[in-house]
Amino acid sequence: MTDLTPVLSATWDAEQSWKLGTYENAGGYGALKKALGMPPADIIQAVKDSGLRGRGGAGFPTGMKWGFLPPDDGKPRYLVVNADESEPGTCKDIPTMLSAPHILVEGVAITSFAIGCNHAFIYLRGEVVHVYRRLLQAVREAYAAGHLGKNIHGSGYDLDVTVHAGAGAYICGEETALLDSLEGRRGQPRLKPPFPAVEGLYARPTVVNNVESISSVPAIIDRGVEWFTSLGTERSKGMGLFSLSGHVERPGQYEAPLGITLRELIDMAGGMRGGKELKFWTPGGSSTPLFTAEHLDTPLDYESVGAAGSMLGTRALQIFDETTCVVRAVTRWTEFYKHESCGKCTPCREGTFWLSQILERLEDGHGTDADIQQLLDTCESILGRAFCALGDGATSCITSSVKLFREEYEQHVSERRCPFDHAASALFEYETSQATEEAHA
Amino acid sequence: MTYDADALAQLEQDAAEILGRYPVKRSALLPLLHLVQSVDGYVSPDGIAFCANQVDLTSAEVSAVATFYTQYKRRPNGEYQVGVCTNTLCAIMGGDEIWRQVSERCGIGHDETTADGKITLERLECNAACDYAPVMMVNWEFFDNMTPDRALRVVDDILEGRDVVPTRGPAKVAPFKEVSRVLAGFEDGRADEDQGLGEPTVVGLKVAREQGWEDAK
Repeated sequence: MTDLTPVLSATWDAEQSWKLGTYENAGGYGALKKALGMPPADIIQAVKDSGLRGRGGAGFPTGMKWGFLPPDDGKPRYLVVNADESEPGTCKDIPTMLSAPHILVEGVAITSFAIGCNHAFIYLRGEVVHVYRRLLQAVREAYAAGHLGKNIHGSGYDLDVTVHAGAGAYICGEETALLDSLEGRRGQPRLKPPFPAVEGLYARPTVVNNVESISSVPAIIDRGVEWFTSLGTERSKGMGLFSLSGHVERPGQYEAPLGITLRELIDMAGGMRGGKELKFWTPGGSSTPLFTAEHLDTPLDYESVGAAGSMLGTRALQIFDETTCVVRAVTRWTEFYKHESCGKCTPCREGTFWLSQILERLEDGHGTDADIQQLLDTCESILGRAFCALGDGATSCITSSVKLFREEYEQHVSERRCPFDHAASALFEYETSQATEEAHA
Repeated sequence: MTYDADALAQLEQDAAEILGRYPVKRSALLPLLHLVQSVDGYVSPDGIAFCANQVDLTSAEVSAVATFYTQYKRRPNGEYQVGVCTNTLCAIMGGDEIWRQVSERCGIGHDETTADGKITLERLECNAACDYAPVMMVNWEFFDNMTPDRALRVVDDILEGRDVVPTRGPAKVAPFKEVSRVLAGFEDGRADEDQGLGEPTVVGLKVAREQGWEDAK
């Protein structure tokens, strides 16, 4: 059995875990002092050697991303932390920032020093006001303690950090849309290239990294590359937060080496709710193709999940048991993508609209067999033709669910209703109301 | 603009602080929009004109940005923004039924406000608390593991003028305008308020400690 390895989450149960004092008592900001004594190039090399890959979903090697910055020309360059956690199922960065905001602030300071940045930004989604309070306070405390500001710990290095609240838009989790939003524009993605490393914020060289990626940096500097590479699998190094949600007995955050399996995680979580059967799950959020019980032993690392036809994504493990209607689940995700499509490109804007129209009538029992084929055709018109990954992600749950559960879609057509009792999936008991019955009649 | 002299002076002072956080003026626009919501309770025509003036844009350009983001309200918002997550996971875990009952109790639908101006209802997209599903948010504070009964009690408390307390977050939920001021980047001194540990947040840590695994020692 794989051991859990609480590193980022190690202090979350401490008294006032969010305070500077708590974090420092646990050794916090030791890594920053160590890093300030290192040549910046050595820090970048350490992160490269650690094999740390982006924890925000794409899995791009973090150190390599830093290495793409052009040589210093004496003008500003920026670090922007993507704290816009919004991918359905993903709930790891919010508890990190709520419980231990200083681990992120320390990571920001080390990373900024390494890449030669003097002004870093944390772009937090706007719908989590208490997290914003904790981040604002953590940054203020860090300035007062000399971890941020002018001449940090006598090193001659200066860093300002601005924590910025967004205003409700999933697309701002896409790194170039985030940059446009941070520049005070509509959050729509930019054409790449140029990549942010060359022209990012204010058209200056910029590194955009996820909260968990940046929060992993202090431990790599403090405990060393060898320790980090001793965790995980051959090409997926280190630990990560696995977020279990849905029909398990004890949902929550489980920090483990990459490569742990869902079977192990469900076991630690006390099994499936009420001993029911697992039906389908997402390995990395709603934009990653669905898995079933067949994939319980697939190592949750980038390569193995990819080889099995999905993506590790954000390790947002949404677990659905046998009571769940897959058409209902997919319809709701599709309505989400329709709502969040930024409107910039036609395949995504129009495609997600029509997909949700078709899915809604299928789920309501008014669909036809031709609708199922139309879903697949429309997905094909979006995949690879959308401006950014949102459009591609919108097709994942549809194509994978039709492949895995086609007979369930057909059953909605032949029975002219949803064959599931929605109340059976809920956490609490309720009578299926007259209104719901009529809607499905 | 129709702000009186005092209101305008305060707005200008706050705006100067916001502008000071960014190397380029226009970056201040999102927090400035949160700021005008903290005064007007929505992004008012006056607020748009104020923002435009601060960042040297036209009112049309500011409107174009404001209408892109769901947190910026185009009509006077309720004192409490009540959101029920109806994205897939929460919906299936019971969010759909909670929404149905809450909407029925308030007598309004999505993006509508009660006649007394207390509650604006919203069908929420994923708010990154899936391990606490089904989830409700009131003015962007977490109400975790909801049931219809608990949700209705929260709604009744708001409608009858009582304070409501989140499951993770501060000692009570602040009104929409106050919360909007925090979102503009002004601390309200409540960061240390807390409702204790949320079980799902520390469940993995507990397992590791019980097993005596190395990193949990």
